[in-house]
Amino acid sequence: MLQIEGLTMRYPTGDTALTDVDLTVEQGQVIALIGPSGAGKSTLIRCVNRLVEPSAGTIRLGGESVTALGAGALRLMRRRMGMIFQEYALVERLSVMENVLSGRLGYVGFWRSYLRRYPQEDVDEAFRLLERVGLDHMVDKRADALSGGQRQRVGIARALIQNPDILLVDEPTASLDPKTSRQIMRLILELCRERGLAAIINIHDVPLAMQFVPRIVGLRAGEVVYDGPPAALDAARLTDIYGEEDWSGTTRDDDPAEARDAAHKVAASVDAPEIQRAAGS
Amino acid sequence: MTAPADTPRRWRKAPFIAHAGWRYALYAGALIYLVIGIGSLSVDWGRVIAGLDRGGAFLGAFLQPDFTSRWNSIQEGMLESLAMTVVSTVFGVLLSIPVALGAARNIAPWPVYYVCRGIIALSRAFQEVIIAILFVAMFGFGPFAGAVTLAFATIGFLAKLLAEDIEDIDRGQLEAVRATGARWLQLMNHAIQPQVAPRFIGLCLYRLDINFREASVIGIVGAGGIGSTLNTAISRYEYDSAAAILLIIIAIVLAVEYSSGYIRRTFL
Repeated sequence: MLQIEGLTMRYPTGDTALTDVDLTVEQGQVIALIGPSGAGKSTLIRCVNRLVEPSAGTIRLGGESVTALGAGALRLMRRRMGMIFQEYALVERLSVMENVLSGRLGYVGFWRSYLRRYPQEDVDEAFRLLERVGLDHMVDKRADALSGGQRQRVGIARALIQNPDILLVDEPTASLDPKTSRQIMRLILELCRERGLAAIINIHDVPLAMQFVPRIVGLRAGEVVYDGPPAALDAARLTDIYGEEDWSGTTRDDDPAEARDAAHKVAASVDAPEIQRAAGS
Repeated sequence: MTAPADTPRRWRKAPFIAHAGWRYALYAGALIYLVIGIGSLSVDWGRVIAGLDRGGAFLGAFLQPDFTSRWNSIQEGMLESLAMTVVSTVFGVLLSIPVALGAARNIAPWPVYYVCRGIIALSRAFQEVIIAILFVAMFGFGPFAGAVTLAFATIGFLAKLLAEDIEDIDRGQLEAVRATGARWLQLMNHAIQPQVAPRFIGLCLYRLDINFREASVIGIVGAGGIGSTLNTAISRYEYDSAAAILLIIIAIVLAVEYSSGYIRRTFL
């Protein structure tokens, strides 16, 4: 559904962020993009909705070329791509509801959005989504009054109300504690399954990616060096992606009993049902 | 090698100019220039002593300000000044917003940026009194020339400071709204406006305050308002009426100051 071919990105400073990247994401498929800082993960997903202009290569969504679009058509294309950010990127002085409804800006005219007179269907959908992410009691709270996990839920609702075909997710858990990180990852994956949404998730946390996401793509210095299931991501592969390091305790081919013990310790200390389930399995 | 424990290692903050000779030469040069500068002021002490009486009369008048004998012209001038202030601030603010958006490097393309920065530089290059002289020559004596002057000066002031605030906004919020497929105007309304609103309101109130004070000054060059009345009072040596005018100006500036603090807090 999303096809990236020969994507190359060179910044005006001469730094090459991406070199000839090919990547295809199927309908409803969720992939995790891992790699060291500066590998080009953020640049890659920003090239997809052209917040960053790629230097070369083509990107297609549902057969339609994204890279060839003019300004107006690009705006319409961006409606089909929901984006979720590392630091949530909510507009801090707007309320939760205004932030969620801002996901409809591509669909409503200026005066409607200026007067905050969104169509009733949009308001209904916003309430449904806020209920789904568990924030329907905070509709009129200002975004800067929320905790990190709550803000990210608002960010997710804002992306989903666009009714996108694909989610572009940039480090959704990097600013969150381990328990909230797992809740947010689980929520994103559930929502993708419910709606048949494809997603590209940039993520630093390799164990978290391996726990939740069925397809992992490893990026190193702007090139794809791994593309496959989490099960095949062993110490040698991780060394390919990140460089030499002691990877024990990260991958699944370590001593399973030891890993389970560690997981139990985490589960006991955070008392989160989904982690206890994961540790028990 | 480590120093013995009983001799503490000395540390001093490194001087701004490393070379001691240059450092002292600079201090000495600055001191000599200051002495020469004071010497060149050519103070006529006889005139100063004679003028103390006049200054005393001026200050004495403050103790007995005369609001009544020139009340009609004071009232007329004051209302004219207030009208000039409000009109020039409203139009100045409205015109400064598009200029500010164009002068913010993070949202404007290069050609627009240079044009808008040019407008700001032009507006800020001249002091209000000089602009007022030009507009009085163009439009004749009266408050219209004054209002145009103040509106023009407001554009430079407000657009510059607002543009700097826009350049400091959080890029993430801008990116997030842009990623939804928002139009340019929606981007301004949803991503920029909420972030700069408190500072913008504060700047508008500050400019209202400045415009009121400037409206009093530019009246002296014929641009209407209380300044004309004040000028007349001083040139007739009616210091008691002049004192009344100055006291009213002080009262109004204070009122604006307190209310702007209150208004800003409610928007934070």
